[in-house]
Amino acid sequence: MDIYAQNILDHYQRPRHRGRMTNADVSFQELNRSCGDDITVFVKMKDDLIANISFEGDGCAISVAMVSILSEEMIGKTKEYVLSLGLDDLQKLLGIKISPRRSKCALISLRAIQGALNSL
Amino acid sequence: MLDHHSHFPLLKRLYEGQALQYFDNAATTPKPQMVIDAINDYYNLHNANVHRGPNFLAEEATDLYEGARAKVAKFIGAESEEIIFTSGATFGLNLVARSWGEQNLKKGDVIALSRAEHHANLVPWLQLKEKIGIEIKYIELNDDGTLSLDSLDKIFDQSKLRLIAVTLASNVLGQYYNLETVIKRAQAQGVIIVIDAAQAIAHRPLDVKTLGADFVSFSGHKLFAPSGIGVLYGRKGLLDSMPAFLGGGNMISEVLAQSFSSAVLPNKFEAGTPNIEGAIALGAAIDFIKKIGWKEIISREEELSKYFIQVIKKLDFVKVLGGEEERLPVFALSLNGLHPHDAADLLGERGIIVRAGHHCAQSLHDYLKVKASLRASLSFYNTKEEIDRFVVALSEIKQIFKA
Repeated sequence: MDIYAQNILDHYQRPRHRGRMTNADVSFQELNRSCGDDITVFVKMKDDLIANISFEGDGCAISVAMVSILSEEMIGKTKEYVLSLGLDDLQKLLGIKISPRRSKCALISLRAIQGALNSL
Repeated sequence: MLDHHSHFPLLKRLYEGQALQYFDNAATTPKPQMVIDAINDYYNLHNANVHRGPNFLAEEATDLYEGARAKVAKFIGAESEEIIFTSGATFGLNLVARSWGEQNLKKGDVIALSRAEHHANLVPWLQLKEKIGIEIKYIELNDDGTLSLDSLDKIFDQSKLRLIAVTLASNVLGQYYNLETVIKRAQAQGVIIVIDAAQAIAHRPLDVKTLGADFVSFSGHKLFAPSGIGVLYGRKGLLDSMPAFLGGGNMISEVLAQSFSSAVLPNKFEAGTPNIEGAIALGAAIDFIKKIGWKEIISREEELSKYFIQVIKKLDFVKVLGGEEERLPVFALSLNGLHPHDAADLLGERGIIVRAGHHCAQSLHDYLKVKASLRASLSFYNTKEEIDRFVVALSEIKQIFKA
């Protein structure tokens, strides 16, 4: 049950920063067709720091909770910092260990944000 | 109902104290003890390369390998030389697309596929489209998953129609297709028929001559045999006229410095050392099917299918994709308010093995406008108690995600 810990369920059921951002500097869509995940991320920068992140789309509990958590935690961070993140960092943010069979669920959300930053 | 669980060592495994319940037979079936024994016996007693050494060991291995071919031939009503051992259904379909397709199709020729095809019977044809510019038309589906007759009329009106490649049963909709009319019309117009029997082979008897197919491809691992072995049936005249696919040992009659000539069937299409133990184990899997009997398999699966459809209706957030008639016990479920990946993960934590996603049928999911589904695929050995356990577990998991 730990992968469906309260924190994850809370972010899945009440995702933060969900919705299209009209004044975004960049947006990026990441798909995982074999799972049916489809996440589009919007990013607004200010003075080389992330000022705001939002997202649209559907995914499983892990991918949606992950993008919701990242949309809060990455505000104020630099592009270089976000691009340096990996699975270990995501596990720390989620507060649980992610099994190999679900690691791509967490990674799709990070890849979407990293993809947006790389498109700047 | 007889207990058939005892045939399968895998089903004796516990997962965190819970019985292992296997509802992923459409992906691959568990292997019965007699299949595992056949592999063990081959390695413990007969290990040798086939068709090669003039010694008793090589002769035993060859007899076992060719004996397996004869079993497969009899199992599907073919001649031994029409049975090509492959690595699986995918390989066989690629062989037809490449060897027959590249020899006989040209730019502008039309081939038709159904909307229900698995990627294995779709991508090889898309590759051929890229390579030589054939046109691909689709046979549309009715709401119940059956083939649209109107759409078939339009397909057969195509003057450049050369080939139809179609599945005998959908790995998503569970629909078992009655292809009799399609094949009769194809034969009348000289159109080649390729059948993907990967999903159907473990559920219904198949007689290639009665069916009238030109090519039939299936995998061993969905038929209680190991992975890495499969069968391509081809009508002898067609196989004879086709160029060899892969080159190497065993497939040649003569090799000179600047040329070669191909061996006769079936060796012509079996380059290199084959999957000897896989073929022998496939023979054992056919013995297993015969031991259980088609009558028992079909009656149990029909009972399980009816029961599954009846009890799954109790869950208002679940919709079964496809129709209710003429179906195999393969159920792709569209879930409301629950992601299939989460459901499959948590069912697994309860010892229930299912699959989530698009099941290598992405374009079919697009066609049905479903992003992903949860698939419970049963086999004759499953039970109504297991269906009950699945329904209870799925219902409990839905509660976890209740906002």
